[in-house]
Amino acid sequence: MVNTKLSLCGIALDNPVIPASGTFGYGHEFAEYYDINILGSLSTKGATREARFGNPTPRIAECAAGMLNSVGLQNPGVDAVIAEELPRLARVFHKPVLANVCGFSVEEYAENAAKLDKQPQVGWLEINISCPNVHCGGMSFGTDPRLAAEVTRAVKVVTTKPVMMKLTPNVTDIVSVARACEDAGADGVALINTLMGMSIDLRSKRPVLANVTGGVSGPAVKPVALRMVYQVYEAVSIPILGMGGVQSAEDVLEFLLSGATAVEVGAANVADPFACKNIIETLPAAMARYGITDLKDIIGGAHHG
Amino acid sequence: MKKTTLMIYKNNPIIGGVYKLYLTGDVSAIHCPGQFVELSVPGQFLRRPFSVCDWDRDGVTVVYRTVGQGTRRLAAMMPGEGIDALVGLGNGFDTSLSGEKPLLIAGGSGVPMMLCLAKQLLAEGKTVTAVLGYRTASDIFLADDIRYLGVDVHLTTEDGSAGVRGTVTDAMEDLDYTYFYTCGPEAMFRAVNGVANTSGQFSLEARMGCGYGACMGCTIETVKGPKRVCKDGPVFTREELLW
Repeated sequence: MVNTKLSLCGIALDNPVIPASGTFGYGHEFAEYYDINILGSLSTKGATREARFGNPTPRIAECAAGMLNSVGLQNPGVDAVIAEELPRLARVFHKPVLANVCGFSVEEYAENAAKLDKQPQVGWLEINISCPNVHCGGMSFGTDPRLAAEVTRAVKVVTTKPVMMKLTPNVTDIVSVARACEDAGADGVALINTLMGMSIDLRSKRPVLANVTGGVSGPAVKPVALRMVYQVYEAVSIPILGMGGVQSAEDVLEFLLSGATAVEVGAANVADPFACKNIIETLPAAMARYGITDLKDIIGGAHHG
Repeated sequence: MKKTTLMIYKNNPIIGGVYKLYLTGDVSAIHCPGQFVELSVPGQFLRRPFSVCDWDRDGVTVVYRTVGQGTRRLAAMMPGEGIDALVGLGNGFDTSLSGEKPLLIAGGSGVPMMLCLAKQLLAEGKTVTAVLGYRTASDIFLADDIRYLGVDVHLTTEDGSAGVRGTVTDAMEDLDYTYFYTCGPEAMFRAVNGVANTSGQFSLEARMGCGYGACMGCTIETVKGPKRVCKDGPVFTREELLW
């Protein structure tokens, strides 16, 4: 028997597999296909103060071993998320969720976080300071350690729930941003959001994405993500939620060994609605294959010896 | 929707750059014309969405044009190979609204789905007319297949090499119909919307991420707010769309 149970900031997880924000809607689409209560948790689609359509289409493109998206935080607004989406989600998912919070100002982050904090099904707040697809917000807070710290402090004031700061890889030194979040009181860091990229359509000779640039995700970014998790683990003592190209149980083990306490699965959900289910079902066998009996024991294991 | 492995039975070119693919396996999740399947082509990260041209108890027919790496790789696949597929996606056409004399209007890659739609409408006892638009005579495909079902087919070509010279709307003027169903490029939709004198349904094309409503990649604005082409569509009524 192997043990897949873990604790993320004091909240128990049956397993470390969590669908990433923006790739799982609010869970209903997947609940039509399987019982999503097998998941460790799930991260909801990011909520902003106002409803957003997002960027013009096309806003999805393929690239080698992955994809680009420039969706741009389409969501019905935090009040509608609370009034409609979370209650619908509660009918099909009975575990604490990560509420993904977005904003265009420090005040907006705090305001949205305060509203989501009051929802009983919200276990953690995941603060997205790393969306590469919006202007005047999103990633601009995650590329400057001082601003990242400012958002962290503003959110911490309005919640008693664990605050996970979601970081961007589009920086020279992600470690300094992670440290700044920890020093400002963050309970954990989540990394990585997508890497900024683009794609050209040879027929039109123009960028494929109407937004020109988008975020790269999928297996193509996994080595970058693993490296960043490894570096951040050396520098902070708060838990890390690792993500970037996870599509198998083996990938989960690699992220835990690099220093993640749990992992998020993003692009894999877009290619296969059963991606998380398959990872969870194959995790015990993968653990046994590599002589792992308890996931807790391998967190950060790659740093020892 | 059902995830399953389908087997390639036939994958042959029918005209230059257009292939007819017949896949066998469990296609029980397809329940009406206008739905689509998503095929996982080896070497591609995202699945490719294809409208259902026809289906039966044993399998599904897809007619596709090779336009990029994904469809070129699909065209190179051989009978006997398996394809990981999501079957029975999207809402499809509502034939209950058609009246007695529905008109099918399609251009290019919009033509294939009209085959199973025509079959369904004919089975319901309707009198079906179709206007199919192509660039030139050598681009024409599936028109005879649809005609042989018992559909009154009118052709248009941009260069006049077959049928009426011009676009689909040039052939619509004298036709008498109770409702319409259409699929094709956006410019054609706008033209159809400009001349049609009944209500109707539009099957939209989109660059999709997931195909099942999760990623919000293919969203459009409608009179009822943002809608996902893959999950809330791909078929929308004339009244739902913003013009």
